[in-house]
Amino acid sequence: MPQKSKYKAPLAHLVNPGHSACAGCGMIIASRLVLDAAGKNTIVTNATGCSEVTTTQYPMTAFKIPWIHSLFENPASLASGISAVLRKRGQEDKINVIAIGGDGATFDIGLGNISGMWERGDNVLYVCYDNEAYQNTGYQSSGATPLNAHTTTTPAGTKSFGSQLPKKNMIEIALAHNLPYVATATVGYPLDVIDKVKKTLAIKGPKYLQIYCPCVPGWGIEPKDTVKVSKLAVNSGFYPIVEFINGQLARKMTISKQEPVENFLKIQKRFKHLFASPGGQKEIARLQVIADYNIKKFGLI
Amino acid sequence: MKIPITVKPGTTARVKTGNWRELYVPEIDYEKCIGCSMCEKICPEGICFSTGEKNSKGKIFFEKDLDYCKGCGLCAEICPAKAIEMKREEK
Ligand SMILES: Cc1ncc(C[n+]2csc(CCOP(=O)(O)OP(=O)(O)O)c2C)c(N)n1
Ligand code: SF4
Ligand code: SF4
Ligand SMILES: [Mg+2]
Repeated sequence: MPQKSKYKAPLAHLVNPGHSACAGCGMIIASRLVLDAAGKNTIVTNATGCSEVTTTQYPMTAFKIPWIHSLFENPASLASGISAVLRKRGQEDKINVIAIGGDGATFDIGLGNISGMWERGDNVLYVCYDNEAYQNTGYQSSGATPLNAHTTTTPAGTKSFGSQLPKKNMIEIALAHNLPYVATATVGYPLDVIDKVKKTLAIKGPKYLQIYCPCVPGWGIEPKDTVKVSKLAVNSGFYPIVEFINGQLARKMTISKQEPVENFLKIQKRFKHLFASPGGQKEIARLQVIADYNIKKFGLI
Repeated sequence: MKIPITVKPGTTARVKTGNWRELYVPEIDYEKCIGCSMCEKICPEGICFSTGEKNSKGKIFFEKDLDYCKGCGLCAEICPAKAIEMKREEK
């Protein structure tokens, strides 16, 4: 029998339950952490993708703050308009504007609109929840998909080890726009996400936060492993957690004990083909080179 | 025909997702709980919460709401005090 409890959840978060995100979904953890840290005086614009589809099945919404969805590629432009109105009304310092998009929305389809918003210097925090593929439509590869990952459009087989392209460096693209704040974080370290959201919202101007969010079916992991995979990505050097203020590396999450990239790969079905052939070992070595490069570049050890 | 494009805040709460659980259900040992709130931070459903009550060690303990819990096991994974165990659920 299900246990009986005399306690009921107060539903005090700004994202309510009852949404349809998969058990263990990283994206929904990120959405809640970001909104709770930002507080109720916040307006959100959201791209198309799992963060929209799972939370707003008409006529319902999981959100308890003003939240607007228009088009896949549009959260930045919509946020720009909202921030212009708030500026005109003198409410800029009282209300946060946050645009949320997946990696497909951010690295690929919305990139031009994001670039425009950054160029204009609009007072918007753009949050990309990076689950490394177009997960909502059935796990197609995006610019954020890492080298050698199997996706439905980069299938691993006898002629291929999955995606033949390395991950696009969105952090460098953001930095090239001279933003006052650019950072990565991951749901594997929730307190860091909260810290960064609070810190960045105190800065006026365009800000970019990229949150690494495992996707249970897309990566082929157990729901309970969302935190473990995130931590292995960080502690292998594969996904560096860094923070840039005015273009300068201000903070980084250091690694106390470097994990071999293999430990990160082997608990995900999207990389399992790498363990099935001698050629795969060479590919694992290439991924290790990427991790080692990150560690050196940012001085993570 | 007119279709409203706004809806009431937080209305998904009427969808009880507890029936998504497959085999396991989290059980929180109130006595082991140190009240750190990590389960509250990580729960994808946002339904791990402080009861506001103290255990015999004077620590405020947490609980989860099984009406919504999908049984992902992340609360048990992240708990630094190992106060949460995923138990086989008999339905
Ligand atoms: C212009 C346009 N092209 C394609 C789609 C179909 N589509 C909806 S969601 C989605 C995937 C979104 O991927 P991402 O931004 O990474 O978010 P995720 O689903 O991974 O959370 C796609 C391709 C669309 N809605 N609009
Ligand atoms: S498909 Fe992936 S991103 Fe989408 S709800 Fe499921 S776990 Fe989350
Ligand atoms: S098992 Fe998952 S859904 Fe259930 S209370 Fe724990 S973290 Fe929340
Ligand atoms: Mg995605």
